[in-house]
Amino acid sequence: MSRTLTYREALREGLDEELARDPNVVLMGEEVAQYNGAYKVTEGLWKKWGDKRIVDTPISEAGFIGMGIGASMLGVRPVMELMFWSFHSVAFDQLVNNAACVRYMSGGLINCPIVMRGPANGGTNVGATHSHIPEGLFAAFPGLKVCAPATPADAKGLIKAAIRDNDPVYVMENTLLYGTTGEVPDPAEGDHVVPLGKADVKREGTDISLIAHGRSVIHALAAAETLQAEHGISAEVLDLRSIRPLDVDAILATVRKTNRVVLVDESKPFGGVSAMVATLIQEHAFDYLDAPVKRVCTIDAPAIYSPHIENQQLPNPGRIVEKVLSMR
Amino acid sequence: MSTAQLDTPRLDFAGSPINRDLTPDQKIDLFRQMVRIRRFEQTALKYYNAGKMGGFLHLYIGQEAVAVGTISLKLENDHFITAYRDHGHALSVGMGMNECMAEMYGKQTGCSKGKGGSMHFFAPDKGYWGGHGIVGGQTPLGLGLAYGLKYLEKEGCCLCYLGDGAVNQGAFHESLNIAALFNLPVIYVIENNGYSMGTSQKRSSSYRGCLAQRAEGYDMEWDVIDGSDIYEVRAKTHIAMERARKEQKPAILEISTYRYYGHSVADANAKKYRTPEEIENYKQNHDPITLFRRRLVAEGIFTEEQADQISKEAADEAAASAKFAEESPAPTVADIMTDVYWESDNNTEASKTGWHFFND
Ligand SMILES: Cc1ncc(C[n+]2csc(CCOP(=O)(O)OP(=O)(O)O)c2C)c(N)n1
Repeated sequence: MSRTLTYREALREGLDEELARDPNVVLMGEEVAQYNGAYKVTEGLWKKWGDKRIVDTPISEAGFIGMGIGASMLGVRPVMELMFWSFHSVAFDQLVNNAACVRYMSGGLINCPIVMRGPANGGTNVGATHSHIPEGLFAAFPGLKVCAPATPADAKGLIKAAIRDNDPVYVMENTLLYGTTGEVPDPAEGDHVVPLGKADVKREGTDISLIAHGRSVIHALAAAETLQAEHGISAEVLDLRSIRPLDVDAILATVRKTNRVVLVDESKPFGGVSAMVATLIQEHAFDYLDAPVKRVCTIDAPAIYSPHIENQQLPNPGRIVEKVLSMR
Repeated sequence: MSTAQLDTPRLDFAGSPINRDLTPDQKIDLFRQMVRIRRFEQTALKYYNAGKMGGFLHLYIGQEAVAVGTISLKLENDHFITAYRDHGHALSVGMGMNECMAEMYGKQTGCSKGKGGSMHFFAPDKGYWGGHGIVGGQTPLGLGLAYGLKYLEKEGCCLCYLGDGAVNQGAFHESLNIAALFNLPVIYVIENNGYSMGTSQKRSSSYRGCLAQRAEGYDMEWDVIDGSDIYEVRAKTHIAMERARKEQKPAILEISTYRYYGHSVADANAKKYRTPEEIENYKQNHDPITLFRRRLVAEGIFTEEQADQISKEAADEAAASAKFAEESPAPTVADIMTDVYWESDNNTEASKTGWHFFND
């Protein structure tokens, strides 16, 4: 049995269950407690768990994220909300020099079981500084784990896996997904945990593989429907779910099956997730390709504000269909 | 500063050097500028709610005397920079309602061609270095503008505005240290409206007495100002600006003020973290426009009718700007790729090969 939850509710349920399971789990961030979360993901949790477990911080990203990393070294399991992942820049030193490196530098003496979560996306007309999509950036730092759930079930399962993980895990959510709904397994039927590093075939197909993560999965699924209905093209949609660890086997399996690939990636083309996946495909499955790997990314410029145009800067079903048709 | 402090009787700054020589026209102009900001934003709110704009809308309503009072002191080489709550400063430096409204509509005729939106108004030709989105991120930039002035040997200063929430960012503290260490003519204006989103100043800042007092740790001058009194804003800011211009001394000014609306329109229900009585008290007793209007009427500078007329003209101007914005063209997909690199907008070899971009 499963129920229909929003992505937001699924995340909240995952957080709530982990708060109940492990007394060392703490949620922290700007407006997460009394204000109920800037995006209402943490709504009600302060009331339920109180000041000790749900903590409002000042607008001091470097300070409170560094604090979370320090606390995690001592065995606290902080889940830090970044109001937007775009604000990683303020805490970048803590995120990449401390969280990513301390285990390595200490020869494995110190672990950092911290989770950083919050929305990382474009598409809400908030302009360049608020629309960074940095999963590819953080995946480039060994020591960090990065995931980007596309559905409510994956959001719940991945946040739970992230909290239990003994390494720093960065969960890239999406404001435009928070309100979307989907089936989520009932807690009565057992613990729903989605392991990090396991991709998921969201739609079976035979003619072409659309490989995506995060909100791009939704666009890829919509494009696949159009391709089937209007062009008789059967597209498989592979949802990466985790960026690092990356499920290379699943990527290669779908390429070997369909022999054609379009990568859909909301991050930028230069050095983004799709750049990495394309490289892996040509290194390990070149002989299976019937056409060059193609990509649909965010147009290579800082995010434009204008509501009239921003959606065309991002991947969308129309752009994906066009790209697939151009490969015939 | 708490409401209680605000409610105690305060000094009258009408007679201070910078205010006593104001002509009636100049006084009316100060009033008009505050009213223009309010009408502009009320109009923006109306069309935002009608779905004409995207993203955030951070209203400045209630805080008008801060921008108008401080920016009215501008001399040729003075500069201004602020955060995302930037409409008031933009209009005060002389940006037009049309270009500002069109920016919010995301149109080509906007001051940033629809690329920046409500949080990113700029007019460097007017000494206005804009609206910035990362809390505290503008504070080192303000430092840099001051450094530039000093380096280029120009007598001027930079006013860098920030909120009471932004004072807790590391970048601000680093800026204060460098400002004092290098003797740079930067003045940090903390617009203390009591809240950063839903978090009150008391819940976000560890402080003794007031936020500006942190200046002492950096051997810097500071002052506290009642932001509902435009004369006080001008009088005290003028002292700091003159000191900055002449002696290149930085300062922190904490101006107590209040925003009537939520942090942004997304949090329209600002009453969740503030009592209706608190909001009403500010509107009734500390509104900078009402107080100044009352004063000018009492002084015989204008009549109630004339004040109403000024308000109406501002509302008409704002309505016209919405019409202008509505009728302006939207950017196109090709516009996404302009303004990224200098070469791509200027006819150079590099722009012809297109090697800057990595689109398929
Ligand atoms: C680095 C960073 N963290 C968080 C935010 C989200 N945010 C935008 S405004 C704001 C509140 C700032 O309050 P304050 O500095 O008091 O200024 P006010 O909005 O009251 O003018 C927050 C948390 C941001 N833009 N940048």
